[in-house]
Formats: sequence, structure tokens, C-alpha cells
Amino acid sequence: MDVQPNPTKEFALSRGERDSAACAIAGVINEQGRRFNGERIIRMIANMHDRSNGLGGGFAAYGIYPEHKDLYAFHVMLDSAAARENFEEFLRRYYEIETEEVIPTAPLREIRNRPILRRYFVSLRDRVLGEHYDLTEQDLVVRHVMQVNGQIKGAVVFSSGKNMGIFKGVGYPEDIGRFFRIEEYDGYLWTAHGRFPTNTTGWWGGAHPFGLLDWAVVHNGEISSYGINRRYLANFGYHCNMHTDTEVITYLFDMLLRKHRLGIEEACVALAPPFWDDVERMEPERRELVRGLRITYAGALLNGPFSVVLAHSRGMIGFNDRIKLRPMYAARRGDELFIASEEAAIREVSPELDGVWQAEGGKPVVCELKVPLDAPEKEPARA
Amino acid sequence: MRRWLVQPEFKVERDLERCIQCQVCVRQCANDVHSYDEEDEQVSSDGACCVGCHRCATLCPTGAISISRSQLEFKPNANWTPESIRNVYKQAEGGGVLLSAMGTDRPWRVYWDHLLLNASQVTNPSIDPLREPMELVTYLGRKPDQIRVERGPDGKVRLATEITPQLKLQTPIMFSAMSYGSISYNASQALARAAKAAGTFANTGEGGLHPDFRQYASNMIVQVASGRFGVDPDYLNVAAAVEIKIGQGAKPGIGGHLPGEKVDAAISRTRMIPQGSDAISPAPHHDIYSIEDLRQLIYAIKETTQHRKPVSVKIAAVHNVSAIASGAVRAGADIVAIDGLRGGTGAAPTTIRDNVGIPIELALAAVDSRLREEGIRNQASIVAAGSFRSAADVAKAIALGADAVYIGTSACVAMGCHLCQRCYTGKCNWGIATQDPFLTKRLNPDVATRRLTNLLRGWSLEIKEMLGMMGVNAIESLRGNREHLRAVGLSDREMVILGVKPAGE
Repeated sequence: MDVQPNPTKEFALSRGERDSAACAIAGVINEQGRRFNGERIIRMIANMHDRSNGLGGGFAAYGIYPEHKDLYAFHVMLDSAAARENFEEFLRRYYEIETEEVIPTAPLREIRNRPILRRYFVSLRDRVLGEHYDLTEQDLVVRHVMQVNGQIKGAVVFSSGKNMGIFKGVGYPEDIGRFFRIEEYDGYLWTAHGRFPTNTTGWWGGAHPFGLLDWAVVHNGEISSYGINRRYLANFGYHCNMHTDTEVITYLFDMLLRKHRLGIEEACVALAPPFWDDVERMEPERRELVRGLRITYAGALLNGPFSVVLAHSRGMIGFNDRIKLRPMYAARRGDELFIASEEAAIREVSPELDGVWQAEGGKPVVCELKVPLDAPEKEPARA
Repeated sequence: MRRWLVQPEFKVERDLERCIQCQVCVRQCANDVHSYDEEDEQVSSDGACCVGCHRCATLCPTGAISISRSQLEFKPNANWTPESIRNVYKQAEGGGVLLSAMGTDRPWRVYWDHLLLNASQVTNPSIDPLREPMELVTYLGRKPDQIRVERGPDGKVRLATEITPQLKLQTPIMFSAMSYGSISYNASQALARAAKAAGTFANTGEGGLHPDFRQYASNMIVQVASGRFGVDPDYLNVAAAVEIKIGQGAKPGIGGHLPGEKVDAAISRTRMIPQGSDAISPAPHHDIYSIEDLRQLIYAIKETTQHRKPVSVKIAAVHNVSAIASGAVRAGADIVAIDGLRGGTGAAPTTIRDNVGIPIELALAAVDSRLREEGIRNQASIVAAGSFRSAADVAKAIALGADAVYIGTSACVAMGCHLCQRCYTGKCNWGIATQDPFLTKRLNPDVATRRLTNLLRGWSLEIKEMLGMMGVNAIESLRGNREHLRAVGLSDREMVILGVKPAGE
């Protein structure tokens, strides 16, 4: 049974403006695909408590729904029963709903004005795919998520990947983590975000991670090129509805990696290209490639101070702006790679490290699973 | 001079205590304002012919000359302004079309002056251009929708998409089309040299390319206009890009006319027309009566240049400019240049210059939005023209969506122009818009080149400061980024067209 929330001021309000923020980010992945619970990621992000101000926190977890791994797991925020009705009507039109339920939460004094939080494990109806010979299944999911977030009042799909989930809301991240009981999930990849929004008050949908399909982005910084990134994306059918600049990062990665089939390295060149002076010094073949990427994707260039962790089913990418105006540390210990705004957050959960380094501006830190995704499930390694 | 109903515009006064009778003013004024009476040994002035170009006052060694507007005032009348009364007098006298030059001087709203730029505070640090790289490099030309890469056997990733020809600009400012003929040899040379020195481009206008300027051709855009003056395969192939001129902001829908007396031997050779003959550019291209004809010409030029040059189409900003621009892009234009209401000219009927077209700000915003709505914005670069007076105007144009701008009047002013608006008389005392050898030699091409490169350098430095203050370090992050603009004193509808929010929002 759903609890009808109070009219949620933070939820309903502030979709009128773009939001930008200064924040804490963290991520950890086990390259062997071994799963562990959310306890450590909470400790990592809690260690950076002062980098957020209680107006938003969230987590992305991969590998948490093995029993539904072939279904899209839609996590949805709904601000009224009417919104729920509209959303479910929309959903049923296009999807078979295998399971639907309330996202389990723990009552917590710190978390107030929560919206209705539900999740739906769904598959696209064959009929729908048949109607769109020119679109892939993922294209349709993207389109539907955009439609819900842009057109169904009071409904936000904030997680839409398979065998992964995003949990987020207004509050300090460690409280949000306890609220969503993330220590009860096991994943091989976790990212987290603590928010310090600067332009508007926080709202549930505006918290990070920001997700689309199985992409999840956590972001510290401000995208000063947002205005043109947003208009550029509109050219390709991506419509920004969430009024947070993190949204454009997610869509740009989705477009470059999934639609345009660039490699991660080339996508990062497009989003944070080398300076022209450096391009001129490259050997000719490389120069042609980088020049081509830079002039073609000029509207995709992310400018301004940012550090970003992009997670996806197969791995994690840490990514800084061109002149590194935001902090980001990476570290390795055994099969695990850590990324965080501060080294202390990493040391908090892994005092001993094989190596720790500062990510370079514009140069991605890339970590991929060393095992196939559907490898036989190993025993969860409890941290 | 015969006295008639039109009274002089200016009053020229001479401080006799300062005047040393050196006669510099007499020699400098092509309009015969100053004369020397040998019997009286006295220089005197008659303001009736003064155009207000300040040449005499600037060169007077003792500062004896002052020029002011004539104090003769009509009875105040909000409807019948002095200009409109004078214009009726002039036409009653001559029965002809009134001519003007430069951009319109009517008080049409200058939208640049209602737009304000953004700056960073705290949450995103501003960037110091003196310490960090700040990139203005701009590539003009068609861009693919996406890049494809291929991984070679050596594991190296290579570009698999062919990129069509591009113009590489070190700064997003180019010199607008000004033909050799409308301006002097020295002025043309200075523009070409400055473009080369600054890593940008100058546009020949429809005057052809003088053989002496071929050495700068890698930094020149050659124009193919309705008169086709000076156009041959060599002309097209030697340049960096080719521009088809459909229209001009100062006189949309109107052709051009270079009087025969200006067509001397050199201009005759450059334009490939007989010496002394009028060079008349028809109003339309007589082989372009529809958009598919434009496509044919674009591709004829592309074929002639082996698809090695970007082809630009220059149009005047008229009411349905966005549809026209869209058509030009779909017809194959790699660059669309839009010339706004306030764009300059060497000669245009006054009534057309002052009443036809729309401001570049609205046209630019409408075109950029339209091309994005159609998903074809990447298929062509947009170059805006039509009065950029400062680096701030340029930055605002780029934020509205321009890839680069053309400057014409600012370039002339840099060379010494005082905006007297009499280019069409051929009596430019500053040696810019004239072919009179006595006047053209006044413009030292070395000095003019330096002044032009200084202007480009100064504006570029200022644009870098503005990028840095906005917290971005590449011009492409400002391009089309209307979030960095806010409007003051505009109507809701105007803000919708410009795609900007009001200040405070």
C-alpha cells in the first residue's frame, strides 16, 4: 500500500530553472564482478559530509536485481495518486509489467516530504517495437523516459536500466542511503553523490545520480556550456527536462557511446578535447581524428569546472574538465578501483591502497569489468 | 555654389588667430570646402560642401578648424524631421533616387545594447586568460552529423568520416565583402594583409581579385555576385572559399552600380570589363530564379573547385530569413552569411537602406533556432554581419548562435573612416572609398594593415576576457549558448525570438 505523501514542496517546486551544484562524488567497482553491499559506499560519501548541504544525495548500484536482470527496472517518483495513475497508464501502453512494488525504505527523521517511490520491472511490448522499424529498443526506452519526465506532471523516471538501480532524494547522502536501505543490496559497482546545490533549492528529481538506460552520472561542478549542450542535444532528439546540468552529461555519453558508437576514449576527446595547440603537435593521423571529433562535436564540449563519474553495466569512468577545476582522486586495491572527490573518502574504506593518483584534466580514468556480464554468479563478497 | 533650399549640414569655423595659412586644409578637402585666395593671401571656408569627415580638422597643424552641425533649425516637428524635409527639397530639385552610404543611421533598435553577458561567481570559477589557454579557433564549414572511427590492425583508432573543407579562423571575426572599386587598392590590400596576419579571412566583394592580391588568396573569400565580375575558374580555385552573394543588408533586393568613371585600367582588368564602363550588378542573379537554381550554382562552384572549397551563401536579413537560410543550407551551402538591417554599403538608395530588412540580432537568432529545429544546424556555419561595433557585440552574436562575424564598417573605421556616409561620391578624403590617385595615396597600406590587425587583436583579447569571465575556455562553449545572455528592456515576444531570458530570471 502506498502512503500518500504530503504535497512535497521540494518535489513539486523548482523545475523552472537549471540547477548546478558543487558536490562530493564517489565510486567503487570490483573488476571481477564480485558483489558487495552498499555499506562501504555510504561510508565513503559520509566521509565527505561537508561537501554537501543536505539538499540531495543518491546512489547507483549495479548487479542488484539478478532475478530481474533482463527487465528494465524503472524507479519512479510520483507526487500524487493522480500522477501514479497517469504514469501507469502510459507504462502499460508500451510495456509488460512483470513486477511492481514500493521501493523499500526505512523511516528516517531526516528524510521529509518524500514522494511516492515505486519500481517497475518491465519489458517492452513486441507490438511497440514492431511499430518503430527505425528505432532500437533502447531508443524507445529513452524516448519514453523523456516523455514521462517532460509530459506527465508529477512523475519522474529516475532509473531505467537493467539489473541496476538509482536511489536518490533530498537529504544528506548517508541519510538517503539508510532511507533506501542500500546496505541490503549487493552490487559489483556503486557510485554516490552528495549535493550542494547553488542555484535552486534541492528537489528529489534533481538529486544525483542522473540515469538513463544503464548510464548513471554523478557530477561535481557546473557545466558553463550547458546552454549550448542542451540545444545541441535537442538536435538529436534529447530533451532536457530535469533542469540540472548533469542531465546533459548523461545524454551526451548516451549519444556518443550508444548511438554514435564511439569508444570511451574518443567520447571523452569529444566532451573534453585537447587544446588546439596540443592538437597541432599530434602526429597527422591522430590530429585528423581529434580535429574531426572536436569540430563535429563542438556543441558537445563540456566546459566549466567538473569532475564526473559515469557508471554503466560494464564499468566506470572518472572524468575531469580540461583544466581540472574540480578535484578527483582514483585508487586501486586488488580487484577494486575507487574514485572520489577526496582521497580521505577512499582511505576511509580501504586504508591500504596499491596506488592512488589524481586524475588528469580531460583524461579519463577508465575501469571495465574483467569478466563477462552474465558470468556465473560468485559468492557475494561481504565487505 | 548655387544656393538652393537645402541648407548646409555643417558649419566650418576657422580660428583666425590660430590659422597659419598653411593651406593643408585646402589640399586635403576633396569637397572644396576650403579655398585660398591668392590676392588676399587668405584661407577661407565654405561649410556648404562639408560632409563632416574631419579630414581637415584632423590634419590642421594648429587645431584652427572646428566643425559643428549647422545651427539653422526648422520649427520643431515630431513628424517632419529636418532630414525628411531636406530629402523632399533634394528630390524636388533633382527628381532622382537619393543615395546614401554606410549602414542606416536611423534609430532602429540596436538589440546588442539590450543584451547583457554573464559572468562566473563562486560556484564556477572564472578563468584568467593571462594564465590559462583561451581558445578562439573557429572552423567554418559543413560538419557531419556524427564521427565514425575505425580501429586499425595496429590497434590505432582512425577517423573514418570524411570531413568536408573547412575554413580555419584564429579568431571568429572576418572582414566583410568590400570590392576593389568600391574601396581603394590600398584599402583592399590592407584588408587582405591583415586577414593573413591575423589568421582570418577578407572577402573580395564582387570586385574580382587583383593579381597583386593573389599572394593573400589563402586568406581570402572570393565573391560571386549577380554581375559575376572577375569570375573565372582561376579566381574560384585560388581562394580559400567562395561566396555567392544573393543579398546585402543595406540594400536587400537591390543590385549595385560602380560608375564608369571609377573603372580605371586596374579595376577594368580585375573586374574583366571595359575601362570606363559602368559595372552594373543586376538585382537578382539572372541564373537564380529559385532555390533549385541556387543549388545548381553552388554545385557548379563545388565542381569547378573539385569540392575543395567551402561555399558560402550571403543573404540579407529579410522577413522570412530563417526559411531562406534553411533553403540555402539544404541547397548545399556550407556557410550562410546573414547581413542585417544595419549592414554597410558603398552606395544604396537611402529609402531602401533605411527601411528594408530586419536587425541582424533577430535574424541571427531566428536562423540559428530554425536550423536547430530542423536538425541541420551542423550542416552549415552561420556568419553574422550588419554592424559590429565592439568585441561585446561580437560575443553577443556568438552567444546568439553565430559561428563568426563579418566586420566592414569597423574595419573602415580602423583605417580612418569617419562615417561621413559619402562613399558613393568617390571623394573619400581618407583614401578608403575612392579611386582618385590623389586621395588613395593618403592611405598607407602598411599603417592600415597594422591598424586592422591591432583591432582584431584588441577585440580577440577582449573576447578571451569575456570567455574567461563566463568560466569557459573555448569559443564553442559560448556559441549558441544563450544562457549567457539576459535581456533588458525588451518585450516578451522579442525575448522569445532571441531565445533569451530577462535580466533577473
